[in-house]
Amino acid sequence: MNKLELQKTANEVRKGIVTAVHGAKAGHPGGSLSAADIFTYLYFEEMNIDPKNPKMEGRDRFVLSKGHTAPGLYSVLANRGYFPVEDLPTLRHLGSYLQGHPCMQETPGVDMSSGSLGQGISAAVGMALAGKMDNKDYRVYTLLGDGEIQEGQVWEASMFAGHRKLDNLVVIVDNNGLQIDGKIDDVCSPYPIDKKFEAFNFHVINIDGNDFDQLDAAFKEARNTKGMPTAIICKTLKGKGVSFMEGNVGWHGKAPNDEEYAVAMADLEKVGEALCQK
Amino acid sequence: MSEVKKIATRESYGNALVECGADFPNLVVLDADLAGATKTGVFKKAYPERHIDCGIAECNMTGIAAGLSTCGKVPFISSFAMFAAGRNFEQVRNSIGYPHLNVKIGGTHAGITVGEDGATHQCNEDVALMRTIPGMTVIVPADDVEARAAVRAAIEMEGPVYLRFGRAAVPVINDRPDYKFEIGKGVLLREGNDVTIVASGITVASALEAAEMLAADGISAEVINIHTIKPLDKELIIASAKKTGKVVTAEEHSVIGGLGSAVCDCLCENHPTRVMKIGMQDVFGESGTAAALVEKYGLDGKGIYAKVKEFVS
Repeated sequence: MNKLELQKTANEVRKGIVTAVHGAKAGHPGGSLSAADIFTYLYFEEMNIDPKNPKMEGRDRFVLSKGHTAPGLYSVLANRGYFPVEDLPTLRHLGSYLQGHPCMQETPGVDMSSGSLGQGISAAVGMALAGKMDNKDYRVYTLLGDGEIQEGQVWEASMFAGHRKLDNLVVIVDNNGLQIDGKIDDVCSPYPIDKKFEAFNFHVINIDGNDFDQLDAAFKEARNTKGMPTAIICKTLKGKGVSFMEGNVGWHGKAPNDEEYAVAMADLEKVGEALCQK
Repeated sequence: MSEVKKIATRESYGNALVECGADFPNLVVLDADLAGATKTGVFKKAYPERHIDCGIAECNMTGIAAGLSTCGKVPFISSFAMFAAGRNFEQVRNSIGYPHLNVKIGGTHAGITVGEDGATHQCNEDVALMRTIPGMTVIVPADDVEARAAVRAAIEMEGPVYLRFGRAAVPVINDRPDYKFEIGKGVLLREGNDVTIVASGITVASALEAAEMLAADGISAEVINIHTIKPLDKELIIASAKKTGKVVTAEEHSVIGGLGSAVCDCLCENHPTRVMKIGMQDVFGESGTAAALVEKYGLDGKGIYAKVKEFVS
């Protein structure tokens, strides 16, 4: 996909996020929207996957360690063809296969159940280790929140990944700067994030995670990095694409009402129209 | 009388993993810097490429095992019960239990027979914790024979299993040709009419000793070994309760949430019976030799004998 196609797709993913969370009347739009470009790049450009065969042998794997942004994952999976986009509003409803947090037994394309922060990265490390043990060449990706890295288990997993030189593992940090209680550097600063991963023997790349050129360069660099895992620290804008959610911590875990939903979708329609003019 | 052979079930755990290593090429063993103590060191020696030392980071070890299992491995995570089930509870629940992954958890050094290390390392809560996780199988082997059979059975079944092993050497009581281990099937070791003693782990041997002493006093005790706490062999327990009308449970674990509670849950719902629970009575342990602690807390043959005698009279 070229950059414009990726941008258009990411905009559709964002519409799916807002629609899902509106349908659920609950959920986490802010961190789903900040990571929408990352989700899109992974599922439409980077990963070796087959939506018709979600458990394909030798596929690349993705673990959403920041599991509360399930709407982002579900929207990209639906847009990629794993299941109908029309099902997104069933998010969090009784009986839906779209649980509040990712459930690998319920949802096609979900490689690991997650949601309890700090745990997904360990599972991703286990998958990468299995690949090394079996001499398979699949790659493993995991997305963490910048608040999530306050969890100690993240650093246990990082120490192990660096120690084992798991160069088939890419840890992505969605550095949108906000967590539930406020700015991450007010609550309990995880900065400097890059230096921390470097100290754990990662190859570290700092990028703007809402810029497809930079995402493209970073994931290519990760692929060419041998002998150590890669961490891509993505500066992003929380709530990206929806005017009233952007940079607003209040939209970490809240659903838009009907009026807000209309405004949000109008914002995204406008973005979509502008992209079509290009 | 010939000397009874004694082996710690953690030794059996390590040996069984080696025995199974050749039969199950996907079997991998993880440790958190305690391979020497959990006795998985023998597996490390036999299959170095299939042993993964995660360092002192049990929660990460649990997640790694989850990830490995999604890629077809059959991982055993090994640590002291205090950490394997205690520190790790939420990781086991969310990363293994919720997705129902094929990970086996070997909790060694369980209960007070850890001995001298004292209360911080004496886990009397692991069975209670693991039993609450939906889909988790919980096994407490009584001796070497049972422990080795349990490891193999755990590998042969699909799904998460918690296995509890001890530090101290315990008598081998199941070394007989007709011994058969089946997950979820209790073993009637001695028939009796006056009282039923339901035991697991190290207290099985104690219960048999107690039954012998009770017999000398004219009390006929039935002894049941419940090696699988979950799923519980309800049929066997209910049938015995119907016969004797009095049930005593004995376990090296808190009386809250373990074997005693499981038996009470079963009998309350199916055949209300008076039950006395022998175990750690909502207290922490302390430093001492395993033998001294077992005696102090009433988990040896004499202790169980005295309590049962009082209960039936």
